[in-house]
Amino acid sequence: MTLRTPVARARGLGSAKEGVHHWWMQRVTAVALVPLTLWFVASLVGMAGAEYAEMRDWVSHPVTATLLISLIVATFYHAALGMQVVYEDYVQPHGLKIVVDIATKLIFFAFAVASIFSVLKLAFAG
Amino acid sequence: MAVRERPLSPHLQIYRPQITSVLSILHRLTGVALGVGTIVLVWWLVAAAVGPDAFEGAQGFLGSVFGYLILFGWSWALFYHLCNGIRHLVWDAGWGFDLDVLAKTGWLTVGASVALTVLAWIIGLASMGG
Repeated sequence: MTLRTPVARARGLGSAKEGVHHWWMQRVTAVALVPLTLWFVASLVGMAGAEYAEMRDWVSHPVTATLLISLIVATFYHAALGMQVVYEDYVQPHGLKIVVDIATKLIFFAFAVASIFSVLKLAFAG
Repeated sequence: MAVRERPLSPHLQIYRPQITSVLSILHRLTGVALGVGTIVLVWWLVAAAVGPDAFEGAQGFLGSVFGYLILFGWSWALFYHLCNGIRHLVWDAGWGFDLDVLAKTGWLTVGASVALTVLAWIIGLASMGG
């Protein structure tokens, strides 16, 4: 039995002001990454030593480009969430923790944008 | 008043390494290594988008001894993080917490990651030769 009102319980997200979103998205991206990673590694293994034209033709295929962009989004989302937990556990000074976490997220975002743009350029412009 | 030494909780290094704890920290280490390793993936894709010369440069680096070393370590880290990640998802589903099962799935993860790495390199090197 609790003396808290239903509204208080509904608002009860604690001092972090969020629920399980971080944990949940870590799992959603992980589930997506299982087949995407296996597909990516299998493709790379099959194309080892390939010429430029062969690689470009592979990326240009709509299925490949779609899977590659999905892989890129899931990878950097998953990596940003994971690095955040590592900083929360091991970086003591609060200010530094925030700085490295924001820096990591900005870098991963830039990496994702650069990767997606590269896939699109290969697909549309050769 | 004499300062009395307060008892300290045992430090990490006096614990005997166990399959559970070692694999747990390996999951983190491989995760961080893969996060850093995404630089290579980004470089490879951007180089391909820049053009054939830049792509040849990236391929040349990856085909060097140092490049092979990085790729080999990266491939094992990826397979380990993948296999142990599946182990984590199974735990999230509520299965596999008994100590003997933990040890079994742990060794299965280690074995699978090594086997997949070796398999990927055998096929990769064979397709390069062909």
